[in-house]
Amino acid sequence: MPAIGAALDNNKTEEPYWKRVFSGFEKSQEWMRQCKPDVAIIVYNDHASAFSVEMIPTFALGCAAEFPPADEGWGPRPVPVVKGYPALASHIAQSVILDEFDLTICNKMEVDHGMTVPMNLLFGKIPKDGHWPCPVIPLAVNVVMYPPPTGHRCYMLGRAIKKAVESYPEDLKVVIFGTGGLSHQISGPRAGLINSKWDKAFLDNLSKDPQKLVKIPHIEYMREAGAEGIEMVMWLIMRGALDDKVDEVYRFYTVPASNTAVGHIILANRAKASGRKPAVKHKRAAARTKVDRIRG
Amino acid sequence: MAREQHDYDDIPGTFVFDAERSREGFGINMFCMSLMKDENRKAFKANEAEYLKKFKLTPEQTEAVLKRDYNRMLELGGNIYFTAKLGATDGHSFQHLAAVMTGNSQDDYAKMMLGGGRNIEGNRSRTGKNAPSKFLAAGGGQPAAAKTAKAKPAAKPKAKVKAKTSKTKSRSAKRK
Repeated sequence: MPAIGAALDNNKTEEPYWKRVFSGFEKSQEWMRQCKPDVAIIVYNDHASAFSVEMIPTFALGCAAEFPPADEGWGPRPVPVVKGYPALASHIAQSVILDEFDLTICNKMEVDHGMTVPMNLLFGKIPKDGHWPCPVIPLAVNVVMYPPPTGHRCYMLGRAIKKAVESYPEDLKVVIFGTGGLSHQISGPRAGLINSKWDKAFLDNLSKDPQKLVKIPHIEYMREAGAEGIEMVMWLIMRGALDDKVDEVYRFYTVPASNTAVGHIILANRAKASGRKPAVKHKRAAARTKVDRIRG
Repeated sequence: MAREQHDYDDIPGTFVFDAERSREGFGINMFCMSLMKDENRKAFKANEAEYLKKFKLTPEQTEAVLKRDYNRMLELGGNIYFTAKLGATDGHSFQHLAAVMTGNSQDDYAKMMLGGGRNIEGNRSRTGKNAPSKFLAAGGGQPAAAKTAKAKPAAKPKAKVKAKTSKTKSRSAKRK
């Protein structure tokens, strides 16, 4: 993932290797341009940037007005400061805590490539002095120290977020990104692991049978998709925020992007009988994002 | 006290950064985090052994860092996102670390990734639990609207991960 960021930042996207990776996101960016969300909730994992080993929150919700890009050792990525949406963030926090989830509230937080690279992949490359197209509510999930929250816990948090968004007094168009994965292992002698069969089955079941995914125990993720593939559990937050029935609108998958498999899925809520516009959710199976629209 | 046993210990070539490792590796990870600051990188490079004394490492951890034994660092509680910062301080890309940990040259590791990565077959289990996961039966048709780019074909089955972790078996003997 940092390599994808480096390719963007160093203008390598037209090189054949990277063109293969970035080309799959052109449709996604077009979709996002058409969608014009009012806010994006981005579920992602920090990589020893905002969070050290001193404090390891399971679910950290960014409620600040802005989130600067972190210096990960080469200066902060040359991307715009991410604007937050404090009013909706605090509404979500309150609703979700009362639904018995234990959130850490972050009123000051930097965001690393785990969030800003998916943003580039969906919003396009934007210069540092430009603006992202919408504000963002970051939700950082601990996947660094085992165990991360369970698939079931993630899914239920997604449902609680959906409920919170739907109860917000203002009618906003909200997308939610799920990021992390796909299969990869970057540590130990087994580094370099890729499991495309697993990735495909995971992507298939997001629309076909999400409850199957919710039941996957952590050891299965780590065994089949790599120790770091456990990040895929975060997608279930995004999936939980979608309706039970969704349609797959677009999918892209390629191997490799540096050390990982990269994929992207866009899922759409099925049109409701009430005549409301269908909410579209994007899931990016990338080495990161899934994007979903909860309310349209 | 011997390290607790876990089901995931069965996964070959893998050191899971669990709560026990996190506790034991606090010093290694805090050391690595300190390298985010330029003045610390300079101080470390000036005298590595001296710099490390600040972090209350065990002799084994100190040795692993000084030798840049990246697998041993993981085994002793270092986390890869943190040890990568040590690599960066040495001017090493992540693929250099991956090459060291997998016992490959950087070129061979890169070739393996271009070929579709390390195959899962033969790399699931130390104890012969080699059947694919029951949780995700592969396949199932895709909805008509979806477009799928072909995934690159997986490379022919790679050699099993070599058991470079024989040290782990002696852990329990070494611990109090």
